[in-house]
Amino acid sequence: MKNALYYRTKKVTLNLIIHLFLLTVAVTCIFPLLWMVSSSLKTQETIFKDTSLLPKEFHFENYYLAWQEGGFDRYFLNSLMYTTLVVIGIVVVSSLAAYAFSRFKFPGRNILFFMFMAAMMIPIPGSFVPLYVLLNKLHLRNTALGYILCMINVGLSTSIFLLKTFFDKMPKELEDAARIDGCNKLGIWWNVALPLAKPVLAVVVVFNALNVWNEYILALVIFDSKPLMPLQVALMTFQGEFVTRYPLLMAGLTITALPIIIIYILMQKYIVKGVTAGAVVG
Amino acid sequence: MRFKSTLENYLFVLPAVTIFSIFYVIPFFWVFRYGLYEWDGIMPTMTFIGMGNFKEIFFQDRIWWYSLWNATYITIIALTLQNALAFLLAWACDRDIRMKNFYRLIFFIPPVLSEVVVGLVWQWILDGHYGLLNGWLIKLGFPNLVNNWLSDPRTALSCVAIVHCWKGFGWGFLIFLAGLQTIPRELYEAARVDGANAWHSFRNITIPLMIPVAVLVGILTVLGTMQAFVLIIAMTGGGPAYHTQVPVLRILASMRGSSRFGYACAQGISFGLILVVISFIQYRFSKKARQV
Repeated sequence: MKNALYYRTKKVTLNLIIHLFLLTVAVTCIFPLLWMVSSSLKTQETIFKDTSLLPKEFHFENYYLAWQEGGFDRYFLNSLMYTTLVVIGIVVVSSLAAYAFSRFKFPGRNILFFMFMAAMMIPIPGSFVPLYVLLNKLHLRNTALGYILCMINVGLSTSIFLLKTFFDKMPKELEDAARIDGCNKLGIWWNVALPLAKPVLAVVVVFNALNVWNEYILALVIFDSKPLMPLQVALMTFQGEFVTRYPLLMAGLTITALPIIIIYILMQKYIVKGVTAGAVVG
Repeated sequence: MRFKSTLENYLFVLPAVTIFSIFYVIPFFWVFRYGLYEWDGIMPTMTFIGMGNFKEIFFQDRIWWYSLWNATYITIIALTLQNALAFLLAWACDRDIRMKNFYRLIFFIPPVLSEVVVGLVWQWILDGHYGLLNGWLIKLGFPNLVNNWLSDPRTALSCVAIVHCWKGFGWGFLIFLAGLQTIPRELYEAARVDGANAWHSFRNITIPLMIPVAVLVGILTVLGTMQAFVLIIAMTGGGPAYHTQVPVLRILASMRGSSRFGYACAQGISFGLILVVISFIQYRFSKKARQV
């Protein structure tokens, strides 16, 4: 009896210690974000004195000011537009290619596929330098199209890999049936393969959406004019121009981070899949 | 008929191959070409200087070497601190405990945030005049510890490294957890039946089976951390003086600051080669570790 009690107490204590450890780390993860939101609700006067997490008054007008005065309405729409268009581009282009790599036979198939995979493994630090030159020559620098095309390219390799692995495991019977019914290749890709690939397409969409929304360096190098900037670049510009307007900056940061956190919480499953799959490739 | 079918197949990969050729393959080769020139990126005149840029990088550019050391320092901290934390957390979450999913949800929040957001929030927390950290230090009765964290050369780099770990550990945690979950439970039960205690199981089952995963996480940590720089832009901009400069920041500075595109490309090649060598060594090392 005493023995059983001993083991139970030992187990409970151990679990308690583990929970304490995990909770501490969890609080460390969340706290800076709470502090960000809290700071965004203070005023220029109180923010330097009031170190409480819960401000006495909630100044939501900071969000309005950031949105209007800081121009975050524009930047938000820019980010939204780039993210949407890039993700659509990646889904179409990479699923077409992945489908061909998985189903069709044609000369050069393996070499082309290997090329995409190699691109994932060879790091080119500072690739933004030649990209800048390239876009300059194509007259695409400081244009939305130039940025979108570059970002589609960034997402291609991983997306093709994810989709090809999925298509490889997918049974061919449905496609065969569609072919016998007289469907052409493009029709089969659109009507049969893509609907079946929904789970992996979700991974591709969420993973790339996060990537594009959070991208900074290419946008910094490509865009000169403010009206084209996405949120990430705009935040740094804002911080550089108004060094001490912390409440507005924190409101801007919250506006930038919130969509990501919401999407993450809703689509957690797909993000986790994307991360583990991405790691296996590397 | 046959020919038409093959042509159709090519049409499927055409968009991907076109975009990839223009935006990956061409820039890839251009880096090697421009690295041999002195060029400001705009003027049509390019001066061929052969290995001149590389000589300058290796023998004269002391800031470049300093930036490499800084990146190495951050990487060492990430390899040890961040990955040890990630593994510990994964190990704790792999057991049958409550709120497992909650912890997993929370730990991966920092990695999904952008480096700009993370950098600016932490910059505000570490602010030398009004920052929260200093405020707390005063309240807790350590006013002599108050510091200008990000503009003090002694602390700036370490602060950056720690924030980098804060942002990154959730990612290692996920991969370690996925790895731990692939270990069959029967192994642990069999060991317990044979009289092994928790430490024995951990030492003789968990660790050997996790070595491949750990090597993978290690390689990706090194490649990722050595190239991390946006977080630094947001936190310190590379300062004070050059104390938080890292190689990619130097490349950016060569390009935008001093308009030396050729030199920036040469720096990119040198750094890329270093990364390839490091990952190759780690890969060989992992093969050996797996044989033992």
